[in-house]
Amino acid sequence: MSEKKADELWHDHNNDGVDRRGFLKCMAWAGTGAFFVMQGGILKSYSLSKMPKLGPRSASDLSFVQISDSHMGFNKPANPDVVGTLKAAVDKINGLSTPPEFMLHTGDISHLSKPEEFDTVDQLLKSASAKNVFFVPGEHDVLDDDGKQYLERYGKGAKGAGWYSFDKKGVHFIGLVNVLNLKAGGLGTLGGEQLEWMEDDVKHLKHSTPIVVFAHIPLWSVYPQWGWGTEDSAQALAYLKKFGSVTVLNGHIHQTMQKVEGNVTFHTAASTAFPQPRPGTADSPGPMKVPAEQLKSILGITDVTYVRGKHALAVVDSSLA
Amino acid sequence: MRKSVTIGTFLAAFGLAIAGLGAGAGNVAASAQPKPETMEVKVDNFTFGPAELTVRVGTTITWTNRDDIPHTVVSTDKVFKSKVLDTDEKFSFTFSTPGTFPYFCSIHPKMTGKVVVQ
Repeated sequence: MSEKKADELWHDHNNDGVDRRGFLKCMAWAGTGAFFVMQGGILKSYSLSKMPKLGPRSASDLSFVQISDSHMGFNKPANPDVVGTLKAAVDKINGLSTPPEFMLHTGDISHLSKPEEFDTVDQLLKSASAKNVFFVPGEHDVLDDDGKQYLERYGKGAKGAGWYSFDKKGVHFIGLVNVLNLKAGGLGTLGGEQLEWMEDDVKHLKHSTPIVVFAHIPLWSVYPQWGWGTEDSAQALAYLKKFGSVTVLNGHIHQTMQKVEGNVTFHTAASTAFPQPRPGTADSPGPMKVPAEQLKSILGITDVTYVRGKHALAVVDSSLA
Repeated sequence: MRKSVTIGTFLAAFGLAIAGLGAGAGNVAASAQPKPETMEVKVDNFTFGPAELTVRVGTTITWTNRDDIPHTVVSTDKVFKSKVLDTDEKFSFTFSTPGTFPYFCSIHPKMTGKVVVQ
């Protein structure tokens, strides 16, 4: 991959079905030093270094940022200063060449669902250039109260446990909740009520409408042994088969990973708090301690751009270093 | 006449109190034989250890989270449920009836365990 082209991914969709087997095409890029991609089920890593130059954008383009897994309140050796790294993430967002119009936070805002943890994140995000933040909860945001506090804070206008959709410049966004009512031995769960809502939500959209789905736990099977997947995500993706461009943005696994399957691009964002090991490379998915000087190189934010006329969205990770 | 009745009632009550004390002492001695047991389960690396425990009725099990990540201890059949346990926090439950009690971490449901009470 040449350096300039490696930073961009524009993939044309060929009306492939989501469940089509046999041919997975993966391309990926990142500014995070190392980038890991599932390709035909095999984990591959790419080493890249530069932030992409996407060039001038027109007013009809849409640019937004995804941040994830702030874990405010975490204070263990893997990162004793999650306030500092979230501030660095905000600085990074404010330094983007094209100011994003809004942010998505894909959950684990807090570490222990404490009111002061949510307050701190809300306060820090106020200094970001993008004022509007759309949240979905992580499992750390719904501890002990089945998500009641989360809903009160972030769920205004949302349905059920906090799922919702909205439109921006012709792109349809769907925020899903897959961290509640988890069953023993299982993975993330969307549940029947939410799936029904989603089916209805996309029913009347044109096939050409670009779709962005965001949720905390990956909606693809990253590593079920560590719970990195969602039980009933296949049903959700089935509702999106008719669309030409679907981008799925997740968090939870504290590392960037990308897979393209048919018309769907799956992407996970880095954490702003602490890294987790690559699937199966450690005894558990617990926080990974790295030398202090390396920490910011594996934390990061994700910048997403949709250019009218292009089917796919460009998803770019950049580290906090 | 009235006075002696009062004294008699008092004596009777005192006697009952003594008998009660005696019975109480006897109970303490009897229950000392099957000592209430306590057992430990450690949570390390997203795993309950030991994942399966067989205990006698009356045993109290204490779970201790030794991970850098919070966990919970939740009975699959809703018999017991801890609050979220941060690092080094504990949860105890006394099993007073026989049976099999599967449980899991409601935050990381891949983490499962079982207590068999005999």
